[in-house]
Amino acid sequence: MAETPATAPAPKRWPYVIPLVAILALGGVFVKRLLDIETGAVDPKLLPTVLISTPIPDFDLQALPGRGQALSRNDLNGEVSLINVWGSWCVACAYEHPVLMEIAATGEVPIHGIAWRDEPAKSLGWLAKNGDPYTRVGQDPASKAAIALGVVAAPETFLVDKQGVIRYKQNGVITRADWEHKIRPLIAQLKK
Amino acid sequence: MKRLALLAATLFLSTAALAVEPQEMLKDPALEARARDVSKGIRCVQCQNETIDESHAEIARDMRILVRERITAGDSNQQILDYMVSRYGDYVLLKPRFMASTLILWFGPLLVFVIGGFVVASRLQLRGQAVAPLTPEEEQALASLAEASLSDSGDKAS
Repeated sequence: MAETPATAPAPKRWPYVIPLVAILALGGVFVKRLLDIETGAVDPKLLPTVLISTPIPDFDLQALPGRGQALSRNDLNGEVSLINVWGSWCVACAYEHPVLMEIAATGEVPIHGIAWRDEPAKSLGWLAKNGDPYTRVGQDPASKAAIALGVVAAPETFLVDKQGVIRYKQNGVITRADWEHKIRPLIAQLKK
Repeated sequence: MKRLALLAATLFLSTAALAVEPQEMLKDPALEARARDVSKGIRCVQCQNETIDESHAEIARDMRILVRERITAGDSNQQILDYMVSRYGDYVLLKPRFMASTLILWFGPLLVFVIGGFVVASRLQLRGQAVAPLTPEEEQALASLAEASLSDSGDKAS
């Protein structure tokens, strides 16, 4: 019997699996992200806040006519305070408002309001109707302060310490749970 | 003819459906052009996949106006972008900056190209080996096979 001619080594088969594995892995990442969005674990519209632990930017806002105290950067020195960005046009703000009223009622922290992109009459009407939890309110009709604060959508709330440094930011509505479990303990800590 | 001209005008002039409203624009065309240029690099924070130049969101409008105010005040394009980044983070730039965390964005395509190049090169090399000259034994085996098949077909033909 004749010798079988030497054949070239068979090409390796396993590298062909690499693209398949890569595609499956990528698909897995996408599916995970979609599920996270579906369950609310991730909010794709939420931007990271770069201003945490930085001094609150300078702003100087006019008071609502007839309401008294205006709001500027210098009003925030010396005490822990909350700054709430809201508007009478903002549906979520109406939802948040009762919680702000409760926070104001505790007397633990002053809440200052930034009336964002609103007409003074409408802001005042809203406060007359829903109650006024604010110590100071400044008007920000052209988003000057809002942009300086990196605001994306109302409501947003900043917790500022005695030195005027931003310690926490709430994107969206403050719920009772947020107040009890996150913001209130932080305030107690910052007041020490 | 008049109708045709009117139609052409509607078709071709209406395409400029801008978000930038006339009263926002700067009087100096050079500064306005700069403002447009800067605006096209800033992402609308509310609508996310639009530039502030294209977006009708109110915050985008206010950002456009701010860009124009800064330009009028003498800021450079870079200073304006830096300001926006200091407020909203790198997110706000549509063209990612060159830094450690964005290396993969900048070099990813090149990396894929190089890897692909290696794969193609190694394939070509394999193919090159396949056409290596036959050894004397192989030549002999081939010759005898050819002979056998020739005599086979000869048998059938006869």
